[in-house]
Amino acid sequence: MTAEPDGPEDRLRRFATIWSRAVFPVTSTSLTRPEFEQLLIPLARRLKDALRARTFEAAEGQAVGAALVAAHCTDPEALSRALDCVDAYLVLYCGEDGSQEALRTRSARLQHAMAAGFAQALRERTLAEQEAISRAALSARSAVAEALHASEARFRAVFEGAAIGIGIADLEGNVLQVNGALLRMFGGSEQLMLGRKVPEWTHPEDAPQVWRLYEELVRGEREHYHVEKAFYRPDGTALWTNLTVSLLRDADGEPQYQLALMEDTTERRLLNLRLRYEATHDALTGLPNRTLFFERLEKALSAGDGQRFGLCYLDLDGFKTINDSLGHAAGDRLLVEVADRLQSCATAPGEMVARLGGDEFVALTTGTGTEHEVDELAGRIMNALVTPISIDGRELTVRGSIGIVEGPAGERGPAEVLRSADITMYRAKSAGGNRFELADPEADARAITRHGLTTALPAALDRGEFFIEYQPLVHLGDGSVRGAEALVRWLHPQHGVLGPDRFIPLAEHTGLIVPLGRWVLEQSVRQARAWQERHAGAGPLRINVNLSPCQLTHPGLVQDTVDILEREGLDADALCLEVTESALIGADDDLLKPLRRLAEMGVDIALDDFGTGYSNLANLRRLPVSILKLDRSFTQGMQQFPADPVDLKIVEGIVSLAHSLDLAVTVEGVETGAQAEQLRILGCDTAQGWYYARPGPPERLHELALVDATG
Amino acid sequence: MERPAWAPRSIDISMPSVSRMYDYYLGGSHNFEVDREAARKAMEFMPGLPKIMQANRAFMRRAVRFAADEGIDQFLDIGSGIPTFGNVHEVAQSARPGAHVLYVDHDPVAVAHSEAVLGDNDDADVLAADLLKPHEILASPQLQRLIDLNRPVALLLVAILHFVEDADDPYGAVAELRDALAPGSLLIVTHASYEGIPLPPERAEGAVDVYKNIRNPLIMRSREQIARFFEGYDMVEPGLVPMPDWRPDTASEDEDPYSFSGFGGVGRTA
Repeated sequence: MTAEPDGPEDRLRRFATIWSRAVFPVTSTSLTRPEFEQLLIPLARRLKDALRARTFEAAEGQAVGAALVAAHCTDPEALSRALDCVDAYLVLYCGEDGSQEALRTRSARLQHAMAAGFAQALRERTLAEQEAISRAALSARSAVAEALHASEARFRAVFEGAAIGIGIADLEGNVLQVNGALLRMFGGSEQLMLGRKVPEWTHPEDAPQVWRLYEELVRGEREHYHVEKAFYRPDGTALWTNLTVSLLRDADGEPQYQLALMEDTTERRLLNLRLRYEATHDALTGLPNRTLFFERLEKALSAGDGQRFGLCYLDLDGFKTINDSLGHAAGDRLLVEVADRLQSCATAPGEMVARLGGDEFVALTTGTGTEHEVDELAGRIMNALVTPISIDGRELTVRGSIGIVEGPAGERGPAEVLRSADITMYRAKSAGGNRFELADPEADARAITRHGLTTALPAALDRGEFFIEYQPLVHLGDGSVRGAEALVRWLHPQHGVLGPDRFIPLAEHTGLIVPLGRWVLEQSVRQARAWQERHAGAGPLRINVNLSPCQLTHPGLVQDTVDILEREGLDADALCLEVTESALIGADDDLLKPLRRLAEMGVDIALDDFGTGYSNLANLRRLPVSILKLDRSFTQGMQQFPADPVDLKIVEGIVSLAHSLDLAVTVEGVETGAQAEQLRILGCDTAQGWYYARPGPPERLHELALVDATG
Repeated sequence: MERPAWAPRSIDISMPSVSRMYDYYLGGSHNFEVDREAARKAMEFMPGLPKIMQANRAFMRRAVRFAADEGIDQFLDIGSGIPTFGNVHEVAQSARPGAHVLYVDHDPVAVAHSEAVLGDNDDADVLAADLLKPHEILASPQLQRLIDLNRPVALLLVAILHFVEDADDPYGAVAELRDALAPGSLLIVTHASYEGIPLPPERAEGAVDVYKNIRNPLIMRSREQIARFFEGYDMVEPGLVPMPDWRPDTASEDEDPYSFSGFGGVGRTA
């Protein structure tokens, strides 16, 4: 719409401009002022029309007032300014030519109507907005409440359905809520659980830090802790749990509640205990086993100053015989009975009995007074075994050998202590058994060497660490070399050359004597054959080889000997087997049979160390023996001059006896010429000893034989 | 402890809400006495606060129209508050009928009210979510329905960033949103600042303290700090300026001195 300058339309717009300038600063509209002015133009036109209408319409004024509110002129100041503006300019710009008096009255009435319309609209708008925001708040609240309810329901489901026990308490320890899982764990009612304060839930097995952690948590110094804790159930049994306690804080971070989560570990714990028990106890006797014993021994040995330990190592004497003769079931029952008796011997604190395996038991005592306690303990054990044990109606007498080790803690390791006890026990056993011996470092050292040699023996034979020295046998009549005794030596990598006395008993013990003996026989026979080839003219050189008691009973003795002689091509009569007198004492026909067979083949059998074994002289007749070797003890008395007359008489007697039985006599240990002469006079046939030659390599004998032959 | 996503915030209308205070400054009655009390207290220090809000509304209106003129027909308004006259959807849909608008606010009352106001407007919706969790906004079904992220979007962060403390990393949230926007999108920001307030800072601080006391601290940032929100955007002329100076429709001598408090600006993604 165009407006001609200062025409009615132009004047109307100028009125709207003035109006908008007056009101705009107090409106909250986001319109620009020109936009706002555009909004006012229709309102101005309405006022103008109402001003000039024939009859007064209050509704027009009210509508304009309401329109202001709709245009976001909600500030009362906007109304005030609008009315000011209407009062001052409406008649001036829009009154045109009407009666000023009437126009002013109409304007005033319009203003009243505007004010009423504004107030009415503002009131309605305010109420509507209040209503709207309240409804919004309400609906938001109910949405939140619904969500809260849903989350509460979810939480409740989690709380109730959780497999772990959950409990909530305040910081004074009042239990506020517990879930079903927790109730089931405790097997109690909710009332019972809620009635007790947290600090009352103690148990004797509570770790020392449990309640310190609790105090720190409720003081707000700790956010959570995790412990393994036992509780008493209402029925008095123990409930073991993995317990996690957390501190719950409010929105401001102030400690408010404690939350306990617990997992029932009772069964797992029992299982663990059972597994641990099974792993540390002997299934047969129920005694602690080697594992547990070592743990305890280790603990005892690492105890502090002043602490000592005493250890009894028991091995039953002859248990193998019982097992072999009565069967394993009987043997087991015997072990169970022995275990029970031993158990009753070690009941004091710090004492324990364990079964190491087989028929080996140990008893341990610890503390400060073990020096005498261990002897008492060993005494009690020996006593406990005195009463025969009744198995299958038989009264079995059980004996044991005990090795005792006693000493201060902190010096030796468990393995060393146990080895010492073991060695000492064997000492008791070899001293006849049914006794206890106290460990002795020197005996230990010897035994340790012996032990080392025993274990090294088999490999030594494989590695060729054995060799043979030969000591000449000289005919006393003409001084000619007639043969040699083969003496086995061990060139030990650490200990050097060892004589047979150091290892033959060990080889006997382990059974290695059989292959070793065969090897010695083979080597010696081969050597003898070699000598014979080189000294064809010097008469047959004989070879003496020692037989140990063990070899005597070996069923392959005769066959092995025959095989070797045939293989090496040596005549049987060039071989002499030496058997100790003691090995043949009380020998029955079974034992003598192989020797007889050998003797029938032409092998000479010499009775070695004669005179030391108290042989029944009458018995000599039935032995397949052709040579007596007099023990060196008889010749020792002839080393000095003049010779001991008693010795002379004895030797003379033996020689006479031997010769009457058609036995040749060889003497050992001849060290001087005088001795040799004396023995020749006494009628001895052959001699050996340092006077002639020490044992040496085969070449040495070769030389001696040559000297002999040429000299 | 992080609140689980499904656990709603509680509603406490005994605490003033910045949305309802804003409504009160603009002469509305979508507010409760607690809101009015806090607003009146703030106005004791800064009587011109309503003028700042008005300038803020006017800036927003011009910026939305600018976006519509640029051809943008989808609007994401985060921190929309209580719908008052001259809302984004009114402005946008009057400039471009059928334009899509998604309002986002974390105030459940504001959201509930928005729902009532939008009624059966199919092209506009409201989402209860937090600016600081952009992934929740971007993944919401409401956004999927209304906003096509493959086309330019006008993202409005009007009078909201100054309610986020640096510790909560508003820059990170803004960057995450930026990265989700297609090239040619616009970021529309207004932010409070001590710069431009026609008062000594001590007075302005009094108003700031009011917000601190209602546990909704007002973070006054410098122009430089505010400019950093536009990282990754090219500033639209005339840049980051006092709100009345941004593409004004009329000479700014009409403007109240308070309306020059703080800054407004629009950036465009490359």
